[in-house]
Amino acid sequence: MFHIKRSLIAVFCVSAAALSSAQTLRVGLAEDPDVLDPTLARTFVGRIVFSALCDKLVDVDEKLNLVPQLALSWQWSAENKTLTMKLRPGVTFHDGEKLDAAAVKFNLERHKTLAGSNRRGELAPLASVDVVDPLTVRLNLTAPFSPLLAALSDRAGMMVSPKAAQAGGANFGARPVCSGPYKFVERVAQDRMVLERYDGYWNKAEVHFQRIVYTPIIDATVRLANLKSGQLDIIERLAPSDVEKLQQDKRFKVSRITEIGYQGITINIGKSDQAQKNPLGRDARVREAFELSLDRQGLAQVVMDNEATVGNQWVAPNNPFYAKNMPLPKRDVAKARALLKEAGVPNPSFTLVAPTTSDAQRLALVVQAMTRDAGFDVKIQAAEFATSLNMADKGDFEAYVLAWSGRPDPDGNVFSFHGCKQPLNYAGYCDAQTDALLNESRTQRDPAERKKIYEKIAARVLKERPVIYLYHRNWLWAYNGKLSGVRGIPDGLLRVHGLKMAP
Amino acid sequence: MWGFLARRLATILPTVLLVSMLIFGLQQLLPGDPAKILAGEEQDPQVIAYLRARLHLDEPLPVRYAYWMGGVLQGDLGESVRTQQAVLDLVIQKLPVTVELGLLAMLIALLIGVPSGIVCAVGRGGVWDTVANAFALWGLSTPNFWLGILMILLFSVQLGWLPASGYVSPFEDLRANLAAMIMPAFVLGNAIAAVLMRHTRSAMLQVLSSDYVRTARAKGLRETTVVLKHAFRNALTPIITLGALELGTLLSGAVLTEQVFSIPGFGKLIVDAVFNRDYAVVQGVVLITATTYITLNLLADLAAFAVNPRLRP
Repeated sequence: MFHIKRSLIAVFCVSAAALSSAQTLRVGLAEDPDVLDPTLARTFVGRIVFSALCDKLVDVDEKLNLVPQLALSWQWSAENKTLTMKLRPGVTFHDGEKLDAAAVKFNLERHKTLAGSNRRGELAPLASVDVVDPLTVRLNLTAPFSPLLAALSDRAGMMVSPKAAQAGGANFGARPVCSGPYKFVERVAQDRMVLERYDGYWNKAEVHFQRIVYTPIIDATVRLANLKSGQLDIIERLAPSDVEKLQQDKRFKVSRITEIGYQGITINIGKSDQAQKNPLGRDARVREAFELSLDRQGLAQVVMDNEATVGNQWVAPNNPFYAKNMPLPKRDVAKARALLKEAGVPNPSFTLVAPTTSDAQRLALVVQAMTRDAGFDVKIQAAEFATSLNMADKGDFEAYVLAWSGRPDPDGNVFSFHGCKQPLNYAGYCDAQTDALLNESRTQRDPAERKKIYEKIAARVLKERPVIYLYHRNWLWAYNGKLSGVRGIPDGLLRVHGLKMAP
Repeated sequence: MWGFLARRLATILPTVLLVSMLIFGLQQLLPGDPAKILAGEEQDPQVIAYLRARLHLDEPLPVRYAYWMGGVLQGDLGESVRTQQAVLDLVIQKLPVTVELGLLAMLIALLIGVPSGIVCAVGRGGVWDTVANAFALWGLSTPNFWLGILMILLFSVQLGWLPASGYVSPFEDLRANLAAMIMPAFVLGNAIAAVLMRHTRSAMLQVLSSDYVRTARAKGLRETTVVLKHAFRNALTPIITLGALELGTLLSGAVLTEQVFSIPGFGKLIVDAVFNRDYAVVQGVVLITATTYITLNLLADLAAFAVNPRLRP
C-alpha cells in the first residue's frame, strides 16, 4: 500500500514538474537584487524583477517615449507646476485592493516620507498630492520639474498596496504586494525569486507564462552554460566575448540595445586638495591631451568586443538630447603632445583607480597603453568597488573608472554629477553658470528648448572635462530561440508582457 | 573522560566570545563606509544619514558591539540591511545546503582518499602507489573553479546529463537534489581526497613498520586482518583530526565552488555580504561558522578517544 501511494505521488510530482517547466520562464540574473520595495530599492538588477512585479504610472518604449501604464493620460498645467494624471480603471493590487487615486497618493507620500527612501531625490519638488476623483490625481510641485514623468516610469512610479504596506511595516520588502502582471511567491536569498501570474491583472491577455523564476548567477560563463544546457530560458548581461559564438548557434538568439548609461573616467578636478597636486586635475589642457590620446573605437573594440557605441557625452549619440555642437573628438596624438608641451608637463603621471571587475581592469590597461603614446604615465590601482567608492567620495584619487547605469531622462545622468556639491559629483566640478543651466533644464518642458540648454551645458562641461565619457555599452540578453516577444528597451530591463515560448 | 568534556565545554564559551569580538573588530578595518555602499547608486545624503543612524555607525565601537551582542544573546542576529531578511532566517536557509554539500564532499573524499591511501601504503613503490600519488597531485593542484567550469561544460552543456547549477531541496526531489549536488561535491571532495590520501598513506606506513604489526604477521594472521584491523585503527587518529578540520572548512562555505555552481550556501552568502558591507550578515554567519568549527573539533577529540584508548585521560 505504502509503495502504491509513493509511486502515485512520484507520478504526480513528475507530471507536475513537466507541466510547470513548460509554463515557467527561467531568467538568469547577473546579481542578487536588494530589497524588493520600490521605495527603498537601490540596485539595477532589482529593477528587472520589478518590471514583472510592479506596474508603474508610466512606462518607456523602445525609443524612450513615455507611454501609459497605470496612468492612461497626463496633463501639465500652464506654468508646469501641477501634473494631473488619469488612472486606468479596474486595476487591483495582488491582494485584491483597488488601485485608485487614494492609493497613488499614499504611494507618492510613502516615497517622500518613509525612512531610508531612495525616491526622495527623484520626487524632491513634489509638494503635495490631491485626490481629484477616484481615478484622477493631481501632483503639486514647488517648482516646474521636467524629469518627473521619467522618474514615474521607474521605481518612483511603482505602486504598492497601501493595506499590505501598512501591515508589512519595515519588512514589507520581504513580501512585496504590487499590481504588476506577476505576484510575489517566495525568495531564497542568492538562489531564486519566484513570481506567479496574477489572474486579476488588467492586461492578462499579454501575460503567457504561469511563473517566472529569477536565478542570480554571478559568473557570465556559468550563466551562459545554464542557458545552453536548458536550465535557463533567458539570461542578462551576456559577456561580449561570447556573442559571436552564440550567434552561430541556431538554438539561441541575442538581443542588444545601447544602454542609457555610460562608461567614463572621472577626474578629480576639485573634490579635494589632491586635484591641485596633479597636472591632470590642475590643468584643463592636460585633460584635453588625455582625451585626445584615447581612441574610443579601439577601446570599445578591445574592452567590449565592439558591443558598445562610442560617445563623448552623458547620453548616447542616438539620444534626442545629445548635444550635436560637441561632436566626438578624434584621436590626435600630435595635438596631445603639443598641449602637454604647452602646459609644461610633457610626461604627466597619475594613478587611475579601477574597480576589480574584469571590464574595468581591461579598460584601465588599454587606456594606459593608448595614452603612453602621447607621453602619459598612467599607474593603475585596482580597488574593490566599496573601497573605490569610498576613495571617490573622499576625493582620494586622481582619476577613477566609473560606469553609470543611466536614467531615461538626461537629468538623471547629469544633474547629480555636474551640479555643485551634488552627491555623485566625485570630480568636484563646480561652475555657477552650469548650475544655473542645470536648474533651468529642469523647469523647461519643451524638448527643443531643453535640448538647447543641454547644448550649453555640454559646451561648458566638456571643455572642463570633469568626466571623460568613453562609450555606452550594449545591453546583451541571450535567450532560447523558441522564446518570442523579447523587446529591447534602452533601460535594459526585461519586459514580460508578450513573452511566449513556442512548443 | 567526563572531566575532560566539562573542561573543554568550559573553554568553548570564552572562545566563542573572543571570536565574536574579533569578527566585530576586524570587520571595522574593511575600507569603505557601509552606509555609502548600502545607499546604492543614487547616494542620497538623507539615505546615507538614515543608514548611519540605523546601523549605529556614529557610536563608539564598544557601544555598537554591545547593541549587537545584546541581540545575539536574545537569539536575534539582526537583519540584512540589503534585503530586509532576518540573519537567522538566512542562516536557517543556507545551513542545510552547506551541511549537505559539506557532508557529500566529505563522503566522496573519504571514499576516495582513505582506501587509496591504504592501498598505497601496502603496495608502497608499486604501480598503485604511483597512480594514486599522481591522482593526489592532480587533486591538489587543480583549482576548484576551473575544474567546476570544465565539468559544467562537459556534463551539462555537452552531454546534458546533469543540471549546470542551482539547488533543489532533498525533501522536494531527492533525485534532482543529488543531480545538482554531485558535481560541486566531487569538485570539493576531490581536493580533500588528495590530502586525506597522503595523510592516510604516511600514517599507515608508520604503523605498518611498527613492532606489533610484525608480531601480528608473525602470529600468522591474514594480511587483510593485519592491515585493516590492527594497523588501520591506529592510523585513524590523524585522519579523524584532519577530516574534522576539513569538514569544518567545508561547513564555513566553499566560496568559489558555490559561486560556480550557484549553490546558495554559506560561502556565497558571506562573500556577497562582505562586498555589500552588510555587516549584520557577516557577523551572524561567521559567528555560527566559528561555533560549528569549535564544536566539530570537540567531536573529533571524542572520536579519537573512541578509536584510541591510549589517548583517554
